[in-house]
Amino acid sequence: MLRARRWSTRLFNLQRQGRMGTTAPIDGEEAAVVGSAAAMDPAVDWAVPQYREPVGLSRFGDRVLLHTILYHLGHPDAGAYPPDIHVFPTQISIAAQIPHAVGLAWGLRLRGEPGAVLCYFGDGATSEGDFYEAANLAGVVRAPVILLCVNNSWAISTPVRLQTAAGSIADKAAAAGIPGVRVDGNDVVAVREATAAARRRALAGEGPTLIEAVTYRMGPHTTADDPTRYVPPEELAAWAERDPIARLGTRLEQAGLWDDDRQRAAEEDADRRFDAAFDAAQATPLRDDVFIDTAYASPTPQLERQRRLLHDERSRGAG
Amino acid sequence: MATMTMLEAVRHTLHEEMARDERVMVLGQDVGTLGGVFRATEGLRDRFGAERVVDTPLSEGAIVGASLGLAWAGMVPVAEIQFLGFTHQAFHQVAGQLARIRARSGGRHGCQATLRAPFGGGVRAPELHSDSLEAQFAQCAGLKIAAPASAADAKGLLTAAIRDPDPVLVLEPLRGYRAIKDDVPEGEHIVPFGRAREVRGGDDCVIIAWSAMVQTCLRAALEVEEESGASIGVLDLRTLVPLDVEAIVAAAERTGRVVVAQEAPPTAGFASEVVATVQEEAFYALEAPIARVSGFDTPYPPAMLEERWVPDVSRVAAAVRRTLEARA
Ligand SMILES: Cc1ncc(C[n+]2csc(CCOP(=O)(O)OP(=O)(O)O)c2C)c(N)n1
Repeated sequence: MLRARRWSTRLFNLQRQGRMGTTAPIDGEEAAVVGSAAAMDPAVDWAVPQYREPVGLSRFGDRVLLHTILYHLGHPDAGAYPPDIHVFPTQISIAAQIPHAVGLAWGLRLRGEPGAVLCYFGDGATSEGDFYEAANLAGVVRAPVILLCVNNSWAISTPVRLQTAAGSIADKAAAAGIPGVRVDGNDVVAVREATAAARRRALAGEGPTLIEAVTYRMGPHTTADDPTRYVPPEELAAWAERDPIARLGTRLEQAGLWDDDRQRAAEEDADRRFDAAFDAAQATPLRDDVFIDTAYASPTPQLERQRRLLHDERSRGAG
Repeated sequence: MATMTMLEAVRHTLHEEMARDERVMVLGQDVGTLGGVFRATEGLRDRFGAERVVDTPLSEGAIVGASLGLAWAGMVPVAEIQFLGFTHQAFHQVAGQLARIRARSGGRHGCQATLRAPFGGGVRAPELHSDSLEAQFAQCAGLKIAAPASAADAKGLLTAAIRDPDPVLVLEPLRGYRAIKDDVPEGEHIVPFGRAREVRGGDDCVIIAWSAMVQTCLRAALEVEEESGASIGVLDLRTLVPLDVEAIVAAAERTGRVVVAQEAPPTAGFASEVVATVQEEAFYALEAPIARVSGFDTPYPPAMLEERWVPDVSRVAAAVRRTLEARA
């Protein structure tokens, strides 16, 4: 959790320095993301994120950070995860990844593979057709998928009470005939337990679970957003009291498992990992014509023609 | 006259139209309290209330589909889709419903609804924020498409769209929101659909474009004119549907040399429609093959590659030079 926040802050600062594109800070939502990922087995399971979660998915491999940095640099290799990293590329279209996760889980079962799929999305995403349609399909085909809604109370400036008249997001599971669970999204242990239970069900062939992790977006929606225009300061302050990282820290300190030295060491470790990943990202070559080579398995004749025009143009530009 | 950015012109027009006609309402994601992610709807909620300026749930399909119902109930909805790339989520409602409802109802009921959406590249935005999808919508017969290139036209075309009895998609260029700034007429200002704008006259070659590409083409025209002395015109289509065939043909006949420039991928892009129109209507006046400038037949690329992808002044200028040199 500490790493996720630190990395998110580093990305944010780089954006502010103009060295990176738009980023979506994870602040406040670390327990929901890291806790749920902790319940998964990265060797067999998959994570299908939206865009805010990837800094919290190092459970699925150190490489996830590198790809997250590439993403925010606008590098075309951001989504090119190696086969042993079971993470889908960052998804910008809200809720579009939910049907993918359902299909992936369904397919794993059809192929006799052991894994389950953890799919992340926000409260806003649960207003899209893709959410309802995918949850419904998942119920029918009993896909081994965990639909994890990170309810951070906001979709940009839209509060969750304007998003739905339902009593809770978890209630929406009823329409799909699947279990809906509401969990304190700032309690990392509770999130991990709820996810572990859903995973056991999935692997036992009992089908999908919708988990609503109730939390709060403590930062701006993205680096392009100004939340002071709409977030009530007293609400933000009340949630800051329940900061998931501070909360776990207090619990660990009381158990004698955490202190300032360990905190500092963890932060330094997080920074070292970030620096290394940032260097690796900056050293990642930008392949020539990569957009032409990655649109199809092999470029169409039209694209080969367009490649020649691009090369002519460049040689003229250089000449 | 007041000098405004395109964004200011859009906002000003929404204020004017909502003040003029109480049936006009604005709906979309974050359009109320926040005033839209670009602030195009800023101040509307405070002035006209939350019943007429509605922060909707995050569902493009519902926003567009409900706009049809609202229109039938006698409201005049102006829906904002946060980025054109998220009209995919509403495409079944646009193509399968809004565009066809007049025909389905035997001509009796239209759908006076406006959809506004920013689009186009050049601002290093995340995926799906930059795609030029206009050709997909041009195939939705029954839907009109406006694509202003100036602040004045942003006002004139949006006003015309809101008052049009048919559904209209208004495409607003992302990179022009703040960068394009010009004099906007005060008071009522309507730019009728289907009338192209001659941005500059020219007798040796004409470049045809719409939206943000008009600026790019204007610069290319000046560059080639300066270096070669040839006189290069620029024609801004303003609306793709309806299309000003007369203006296109007149420019082609006057110059004999035509370049069509778009930001979209070439295959079946709207430029192809313009090229076909010139070929059908002005073939015997042509002195050179018609040139088409486009992006590539690939998804719009991530930020680091966008400068290689988006047609720029030099790509358009090169096409103009080729066209000037060619002999039919
Ligand atoms: C289909 C679609 N519509 C609109 C947007 C623009 N947009 C980006 S983030 C966002 C809000 C998302 O809210 P939520 O699902 O709650 O996730 P959060 O950002 O709070 O994590 C919107 C409307 C989008 N990316 N995709």
